[in-house]
Amino acid sequence: MRIEGKGLIARDHRVSFTFDGVRYSGFEGDTLASALLANDVRLVARSFKYHRPRGILTAGSEEPNALVTIGSGGRQDPNVRATVQELYDGLEARSQNRWPSLEFDLLSVNNLAAPFFGAGFYYKTFMWPRAFWEKLYEPMIRKAAGLGALSGQDNADCYERAFAFCDLLVIGAGPAGLMAALVAGRAGADVILADEDARMGGRLLAETYEVDGKPGHVWVEEVLAELRAMDNVRLMTRTTVAGAYDHGTFAALERVSHHRADRGAGAPLECYWRIVARRSVLAAGALERPVAFRDNDRPGIMTAGAVRAYLNRWGVAPGKAVTVFGNNDDAHRTVRDLMAAGVHVAALIDSRHDAPEVDGVQMIRGGQVCGSMGGRGLEAITVRRTSGEERIQTDCLAMSGGWNPSVHLTCHMNGRPEWRRDIASFVPVPGAVPGLRAAGACNGAFSTAACLREGAAMAAAALEDLGIKVPQVATPDAEDTPYALEPLWAVPGKGRAWLDFQNDVTVKDVKQAAVENFRSVEHMKRYTTQGMATDQGKNSNVAALAVLADATGRGIPETGTTTFRPPYSPIAIAALGAGAEGKGFQPQRFTTSHAATVARGAPMIEAGLWYRPSYFPKPGETDWRQSCDREVGYVRNAVGVADVSTLGKIDIQGADAAKLLDFVYTNMFSTLKVGRVRYGLMLREDGHVMDDGTTARLGEDHFVMTTTTAAAGEVMKHLEFVAQGLHPEWDVSLTSVTEQWAQFAVAGPKAREVLNGVLDTPLDPTEWPFMSCGAVSVLGVVARLFRISFSGEQGYEVAVPARYGASLFDILVKRAEALGGGPYGMEALNVLRIEKGFITHSEIHGRTTAYDIGMGGMVSAKKDCIGKTMSQRPGLEEPGRECLVGLKPVGQDGRLLAGAHIYREEAEPKRTNDQGYITSVCHSPTLGHMIGLAFLADGPARYGEIVKMVDGLRGVTTLCEVVNPIFFDADGGRMRG
Amino acid sequence: MDNLVAKSPCAGLLPLTVGRSTATEVDAGKMTMVSPRKGHAEALGKAMQSAHGLGFPAPNSAGTAGEVRAIWFGHSSALLIGTEPADGVREAAALVDQSDAWAVVRLEGAGAEDVLARLVPIDLRLVSFPVGATVRSKIGHMSGSVTRVGEDAFWLMVFRSMAETLVHDLKSAMEAVAARG
Repeated sequence: MRIEGKGLIARDHRVSFTFDGVRYSGFEGDTLASALLANDVRLVARSFKYHRPRGILTAGSEEPNALVTIGSGGRQDPNVRATVQELYDGLEARSQNRWPSLEFDLLSVNNLAAPFFGAGFYYKTFMWPRAFWEKLYEPMIRKAAGLGALSGQDNADCYERAFAFCDLLVIGAGPAGLMAALVAGRAGADVILADEDARMGGRLLAETYEVDGKPGHVWVEEVLAELRAMDNVRLMTRTTVAGAYDHGTFAALERVSHHRADRGAGAPLECYWRIVARRSVLAAGALERPVAFRDNDRPGIMTAGAVRAYLNRWGVAPGKAVTVFGNNDDAHRTVRDLMAAGVHVAALIDSRHDAPEVDGVQMIRGGQVCGSMGGRGLEAITVRRTSGEERIQTDCLAMSGGWNPSVHLTCHMNGRPEWRRDIASFVPVPGAVPGLRAAGACNGAFSTAACLREGAAMAAAALEDLGIKVPQVATPDAEDTPYALEPLWAVPGKGRAWLDFQNDVTVKDVKQAAVENFRSVEHMKRYTTQGMATDQGKNSNVAALAVLADATGRGIPETGTTTFRPPYSPIAIAALGAGAEGKGFQPQRFTTSHAATVARGAPMIEAGLWYRPSYFPKPGETDWRQSCDREVGYVRNAVGVADVSTLGKIDIQGADAAKLLDFVYTNMFSTLKVGRVRYGLMLREDGHVMDDGTTARLGEDHFVMTTTTAAAGEVMKHLEFVAQGLHPEWDVSLTSVTEQWAQFAVAGPKAREVLNGVLDTPLDPTEWPFMSCGAVSVLGVVARLFRISFSGEQGYEVAVPARYGASLFDILVKRAEALGGGPYGMEALNVLRIEKGFITHSEIHGRTTAYDIGMGGMVSAKKDCIGKTMSQRPGLEEPGRECLVGLKPVGQDGRLLAGAHIYREEAEPKRTNDQGYITSVCHSPTLGHMIGLAFLADGPARYGEIVKMVDGLRGVTTLCEVVNPIFFDADGGRMRG
Repeated sequence: MDNLVAKSPCAGLLPLTVGRSTATEVDAGKMTMVSPRKGHAEALGKAMQSAHGLGFPAPNSAGTAGEVRAIWFGHSSALLIGTEPADGVREAAALVDQSDAWAVVRLEGAGAEDVLARLVPIDLRLVSFPVGATVRSKIGHMSGSVTRVGEDAFWLMVFRSMAETLVHDLKSAMEAVAARG
């Protein structure tokens, strides 16, 4: 029910929304919760476990009951707290966890079965038969429990992440936070003031206090106006600081567009901020705690502070005859505010016998509410006093068990808050988060004046730390009422008294946990699920542990609290992963020939971050094998062109460059002549092969190393480690030139003919033998030429500055095509190298040694190298190890499969008979059958033997002959020719 | 007769203006990685100073002299931009041509700092990152180089092959900033 003349809402901006399909209206400035209450909608949800009818309990982000789903389709957003969701025109909200409807929920039978559903019910009941857990019990429980659901569609919203830095981060913009920001702002410090609410002001918006002689919200506006005008202050509304981490780093979630129907134009739904602050002030306020009594979860029962907030900020009376139940003076404000607004207050029940008098209301001192009645909403309460029980008709009960400082962030780095008896609450320990100071209600200072004072003082202390002069800022006048209460956690009696509304945990559950010896607060929490998940102990933490303390006969400080963990309030995974969805997951690296390759219809495959062509299809080809075979034919019979720019290229210069190479490669490079290239093998420190490639000597002190595409980064890092860490005395400089040069393989009998078409000086075969290199001029551009071959044919790699890459690729391809050749892709490249027995990372996969790949002889005996000593460990050199061999099927049509295992022909294919495995296979168009590379026990000694390949996954068995891994042109005449 | 045509890393991708920020490709001309030979650091600094008007840059700083820039680029290396290295520099340092290796993008405008706050995880406020400051850091998910070349202007450098991702990431960030108004 709306109260005329009250509230900070925009009454001239009416907005329309639906809840469970029913149309309602509210005002701009409303939350969904305030608008529902204004429309007298009290039942808004069903509880998690028992499907109990629930209403709105609070007015903030701590709301445990009123979780709703907003929107539909890909934008469906479940478990949104109605108390946080701002109203906009066209908002569609739906209740959750009910079927078929909120009013009539079949699963509320759980509530009738409640005696069986106590703490630990699942653990005790669904133990056996074991197999039933996964197949039956868990799916069943998941269906019955749980809250809202995702749509299952792709999320249409975009999310953002961002970084911010400041001198002082002020968390919370209530009186303490505003004062801290004002002091630091006037001092000229770089300030970020973040508040989870859409409107800054904190409790000053919810109370009728005056500050500096004017209404609290007016003072707030004046301070905000001053802060807004400062260049050095950034105000972040709708931003929840959710976690505190090392080095003054905070995680914060900004809800950018949840309050807008239109989310277009690139605006994200949420932004996940990482804020690094040199100092911080926590002014997070306090959360009011409910009192546990029988059936205290009925819709219409709310916290007393929430009732004031709805009245004063949103102009809503949550009931027509309100009762107030508390154990402290603060609850009396609710009575006064309601009466001043003309709302009928049926009674004030104060559990203290000496509670101060409140005029104009029926007051019950020393009374306790011990039960509630009603259908789907509150109709009456029962009050117990020494003289007996009394029933009072009421449709709204405002309850207050006192206030809990929001110490959460101070505990995120393992700090433990300490108990303060006078306020019966935990308060932060100074220094729990380095650089962070708590001020105001979150520090146990509850009066407005104390909040203002502490805010100013903590900001001043932070400024002093930072060496910034503290300005004189007068603390405005404000109420300074002492906070008096007498602890009351749970009203004794039968029935279920709720502690944790969100997780459906009652006083009885906590007591039961203690009886079953889950006496530690952490054990009790896990056994009962109290304070778990998104709640993080906001509503019930202190009350639950007080009950536990009572049940175990210990004091509250000895019992201690559970651990508050980030995030303070829920964060969507989508926000955490902002920017990394889809192709944002990792950068894409494109070669200079990418556009031309894609234009030819080549399917691209990812190699590391690079995109490389699989094959170049031609019209009429229906199968990738046809394209691949044709491209292999180009290279074997005419000429093929392939972009090999993705291989790592490292420029190595310096007087000790050759020394470095001798040290990282197993073989000798210091003896390499200028203008020559050598193949090299590199070991890891543990003696296994790390990478291979060729290195060219361009000058006495100048080399260019190539690495495989996949290991380029790893090799660069390895070289830097050696140069900086192991031999810092060496004169050697390393620079990646992978991106500087576009490099193309031109291979085949007609390779020289193609190159001569672009070289300004034709190649003289005697000057360019196999494994030579040098500078050339390509169409007037300074280029590099390497005579190397990964195909077994006469091959060259020509490198030009990358700006010319696209152009040179087109020219080379055009010239190759004119000679009966053309471009070839990764499939053909793979076939060509398997035919030659050349290895890739399929073979040097991290578990093979130089010996295993048949290159034991390449580990030079004349020098040391990284990995040499470890490669000589007994197990790594013993005969019988699985070593590289070739395999060919006994029948021409036999299938070989990579990943298949090898057994003796007669042996049963089981683990203990395993003889090895296949690493690479292809159909060889040159030989007309499949070929494969494999690691086979004692392999090189077994050429000619027939073995059995078994692929257990695909159910294929093939008899194969063990052969030399070089299938084609064993003496290498073609590539030298 | 065939003719090699040069293509810049961001050809067809830039310029781009969204809201209050603009991204343009920079043709930086000659770019050379300069690494002092062992024991020649001082000589290199002097040679650069006398030939190009700027010394070897200190870590996280970038110098300018007319059209010439020297941007610190990591351990014992700096990128000399806009000139052929002089002979004196050649004697004291290992030189590697990088003119084609990096995509160089200038991001400028009142929104530039806000755009980078979405991509670069370090403090780029003018007070901590003044004109002439440089850093090797992440730009989105890429390893890059960020240099402040003006109060509202930055040079961003990533591998040439990643130009498309850089422009994509910049565009998203620019749109997100513009959408905030």
